[in-house]
Amino acid sequence: MNRALQYLIRFGKFWYDFVIGDDWMIAAAIALTLVVLALLGHAALWWLLPLVVILALGVSLARATRQSQE
Amino acid sequence: MSGVFLVFASFLASAVEGVEALTIVLAVGVTRGWRSTLVGVGIALVILAGVTAILGPTLTLIPIDALRVVVGALLLTFGLQWLRKAILRASGYKDIHDEAAIFEREIAAAQTGSEIIRGGLDWYAFTLSFKGVLLEGLEVIFIVLTFGATAHQVGLAAVGAAAAILLVVATGIAVRQPLTRVPENVLKYVVGLLLSSFGTFWAAEGVGVSWPGSDVSILGILAVLTAASYGYVLLLRRQRAAQLLRRAA
Repeated sequence: MNRALQYLIRFGKFWYDFVIGDDWMIAAAIALTLVVLALLGHAALWWLLPLVVILALGVSLARATRQSQE
Repeated sequence: MSGVFLVFASFLASAVEGVEALTIVLAVGVTRGWRSTLVGVGIALVILAGVTAILGPTLTLIPIDALRVVVGALLLTFGLQWLRKAILRASGYKDIHDEAAIFEREIAAAQTGSEIIRGGLDWYAFTLSFKGVLLEGLEVIFIVLTFGATAHQVGLAAVGAAAAILLVVATGIAVRQPLTRVPENVLKYVVGLLLSSFGTFWAAEGVGVSWPGSDVSILGILAVLTAASYGYVLLLRRQRAAQLLRRAA
């Protein structure tokens, strides 16, 4: 693998760790919810994103603690 | 109202990152000498200033709704990372962030680190202090610029960050020890909550959601996230205690 490619992979990994972090599932849930909200275009669905955030956080914590129990 | 939160969030986030950078710089400086360490710090600061100068004006050119969706989503994922780690730490599933222990580890590593001299600089000291300041500084810039640009109050966010960095640096110079008394884990929990609350508000608003009570609903989101996250802490603490009991039996 040439050096430029290695540098590019390291650069991408840095930003992935910086923004996404330990659990990609949280970022995916947020992105999906925002796409759904944008497509529905329903101004009254204000409760949906906070609900998804709390559920995604709970699922992510459950995954993390399950890993530590194994 | 959101201006106060903006300064508060920028101040806390910058203080936490500042304390972490200070620990690395102090450990390297004390062990390997200050010249190369401070050159590393200086070059990192110049790069951070360049990133700010390019990114700051660019962000203000993006239409506000698009900015709110992108920045809100980024702040939310970023804030939830902090919150997730804080909950795992508070419930015993992850080691508490201990600045004194990190300082000792950095000192031990710096004492055994290879001595390579390049351009008259101790390369180990230069690289470590440069990377420490650059990485922690990038987090500060990310929070301050995204927060400030989305609220159209970059100046206020910068004031909060500058006050925190000055306070941390002045205290660090005065005590010449890592700032172990700063309740870093609690601060990270609070910053995680603030970033997640603002991120939720802006991202949803950016895709067309209309929040009841407009800006005031940020307080509601903050209250709900605080209650939910504390509920998770209590639940995981019980689960952890039961797990440790089973292992001991």
